[in-house]
Amino acid sequence: MSFHPLPSFPLRAGRVHEACGPAATGFAAIAAVMTGTPVLWVHEAWQADNLHPAGFLSFMNPSDLLLTRTGSQTDSLAVAEEALKDGALPFVVIEVTRPLNLREGRRLQLAAQAGGATGLCLIPEGMGSNAAETRWHAAPVFDPQDEDSTLMRWEIIKNKAGTLGAWHVRWNRETRRLHVVSPVGLRPGSADTPD
Amino acid sequence: MWFPRLASDRVLRTRPIEAPFALTLRQSNTERIHCLNARAEALGLHRAMSLADARAFCPDLVSRPAEPGRDARFLLALGRWAQRYCPWVGREGADGLVLDVTGSTHLWGGEEAMLEDMRARLARAGLELRLGLADTRGAAWALAHFGTGIAPVGQTRRALAPLPVAALRLDEAICTGLQRLGLRTVADLCTTPRAPLARRFGPALLARLDQALGDVAEAISPEADPPHFGLRLTFPDPIGLVSDVMAATARLLEPLCARLKAQGVGARRLELTLRRVDQGSQQVELRLAAAMRDAVRILPLFERGVAEVDAGFGIDQIRLEATLVEPLPVEQIGAIQARGAPDRLADLITRIGTRIGLENVQRYLPADSHIPERSFLIAPAAYSTPEGGWCSPRPRPLRLFPPEAIAGSGPQPPERFRWRRMSFATARATGPERIAPEWWLEDDNWRSGMRDYWRVETRQGRRLWLFYTPQDPGWFVQGEFA
Repeated sequence: MSFHPLPSFPLRAGRVHEACGPAATGFAAIAAVMTGTPVLWVHEAWQADNLHPAGFLSFMNPSDLLLTRTGSQTDSLAVAEEALKDGALPFVVIEVTRPLNLREGRRLQLAAQAGGATGLCLIPEGMGSNAAETRWHAAPVFDPQDEDSTLMRWEIIKNKAGTLGAWHVRWNRETRRLHVVSPVGLRPGSADTPD
Repeated sequence: MWFPRLASDRVLRTRPIEAPFALTLRQSNTERIHCLNARAEALGLHRAMSLADARAFCPDLVSRPAEPGRDARFLLALGRWAQRYCPWVGREGADGLVLDVTGSTHLWGGEEAMLEDMRARLARAGLELRLGLADTRGAAWALAHFGTGIAPVGQTRRALAPLPVAALRLDEAICTGLQRLGLRTVADLCTTPRAPLARRFGPALLARLDQALGDVAEAISPEADPPHFGLRLTFPDPIGLVSDVMAATARLLEPLCARLKAQGVGARRLELTLRRVDQGSQQVELRLAAAMRDAVRILPLFERGVAEVDAGFGIDQIRLEATLVEPLPVEQIGAIQARGAPDRLADLITRIGTRIGLENVQRYLPADSHIPERSFLIAPAAYSTPEGGWCSPRPRPLRLFPPEAIAGSGPQPPERFRWRRMSFATARATGPERIAPEWWLEDDNWRSGMRDYWRVETRQGRRLWLFYTPQDPGWFVQGEFA
C-alpha cells in the first residue's frame, strides 16, 4: 500500500468540479481536507439526508463546517456564487438537485476563478454540466481483508485538462491521509496475482 | 411624586373597567394581588392577598396578570414627561419619581401652583397621585406616602414630627422594633438619645433620619439618556438613482460609525428608511453577522437591499438607524490585522444572510448525548462561536437520515435486504452497539425502545448503519458511512 499522488487530485483550485455516485459525500469530505478548511456546505432545506458531524470527525473538525440551508436551487447557486467569488472559504460544496444549465455552470466557474476558491457540486448521476472542470464518480467498495475500511473506487469521467482514469483509494483515519491501493484481486500475495 | 396604583392605573387607562379590579402576580405558586383599584380596596381587599381569597370576598372582581416590565417602562415614560417641570428627574423605587425642583417653581407660579398643575394633568391621565414637597428627598418621600402637602423651607422638622416612623423609609423589622420601644412618631425619635438607638438598630436608622432632616446629603440621580444611533438626511430635490442613494448612505454611515465608536459599540442590525415624495417609505434592513462599525465595510453590504427599492417619484429623505447594537471594544490595530480572515468570513456570512436569512447560515456545535440525532446542535453561525470537544468513540456515518424500515427478523443483521429499491447482501456486520433512549426526554422516535446499531458492509460496496429494536422487533437503516 504505497502513496501515489492521484493526477487531478487534490482538485484544481479556482475551478468548479463535480462528483456523483453513492460515495460522493466521502469524496467531498476528502477533497475538502486536501484543499483546506473551513468548508461551506450549501444544501436545500427540504433535503432529508443530513450530514452527521460526528461522521466528519475522521476527516476534519466538524466546527470547520459551515452550513447554509436554502429555499431553492436558485438560492443555493446564488449563495455558492457569492462564496466562491469572495474566496474567504477555500472550499464550497453545493448539493445540486436539478441539472445546471450552461449559464449557471459558467457563472459558478467564473466566480471560482475570481475568488480562487474550489467548488464541488454533488450531482445526481447523469446530471453533469458542461462547464465542470472534472467530474468524478465515487462508489464504496467492499474490502474483504480490512475491517472498518473506507475503500472506495474513484473514477474520473470527465477531465478538461488531463486524462481519465480509475483508482481504488482508502482514507486513513489516524494520519488523515489518502492511500491509493491496487485493486483487491491484484494485490501482492493474493491468489491470482500475475507474475 | 408617588403613584400608589401605578400598575392597575396603567391597565385601566387603556380599558376602563367600572368594577373592582386587581392585577395578579404569581409568587411561590400562588396568584397574589399585585395592585388593585380603589373600589377593590373599599371592599376589603389588600395587596399580597391570594386571588382565591379575593374572589371569595368579592365574586365580581376583574383580574388580569401583572406585567412588571411594562410598568417599569411606563414609569420611565412618566419620568420623561416630568421633565417638563424640571430637568432633574430620578426614579424612586418601582412606583415613584423624585424631582429636584429647586429654582424651577417660579416658572409655574410657585410651589402650590406647580403641584396643582401636576395633580390636574395626572388626574386627567387617570393616574392616582400623591405629592410631597420638602427641602430633602427623604422628607418629600415621607410627605408623599404619609400625608400629602408641602413642607415650607426650613420647616422640615416640624412637618415630619407627627408622621409615623415608617415615613423614614425604614424596613419592616426596624419599624416593629421602634414601636415596641414606644417610639411611634418621628418626633419621638428625634428626642431620643442617638447612641443607644445606633447600638440597638444599627447605622441605617440614624442615616435615614439624618437624610430626611437634611443633616446628610442625598443626591438625586437622573436617568441617563440612552445613546441614540439614528441619523437622517433630507434632500432639496428627490433622488432616484442607486448610486445617489448609496452616496447618501455613505454620508450617513460615516457619522453613525463615529458615534458607535465613541460609545464602544458595534451595529448588529441597521435599518435604512427611504421616504419618497409621495409620503410612502421603504425600509432596507441589514443584519450583520458580527458587530461592526467600519463604514467602508458596511456600505457594500447595503448594495443588494438598496437595488431592490422602488424609488417611485423620488426619495427626498433617508434615515439610517442602528436598531441593534452590541458592545465592541476598541482593539489594537495589530490585533485586527492578525484576525483578518474572521472579518472576511463575517462579511461573507452577512452577504449570504441578506439573501437567505442570517439564521440559515449555520454551524454544528457538539452536544452531550449518546443519541446520534442529539449528539450535535445546529446553531446560526452569526450568533455562536465554534466549540471544540467533539468526540466519537466509534466511527459514525457521514450521512444520517430518518430511520427507513427494511425487512428483517431476529437480532442478527439480515443476510439479504432491500433498501431504497436496491438489493444488498451483507458481507460483514460489526456490532452490536446498544444505545438506550434518554428516558428523561420525550422523543417519539425512540418510543420503540433501545436500539442495537450495526455497521453493515455490503457486497455491493455500500456501508450502512442499521439498527435493530429488540423491544419492538424491526430493522431500520439510519445512515451511510463514507
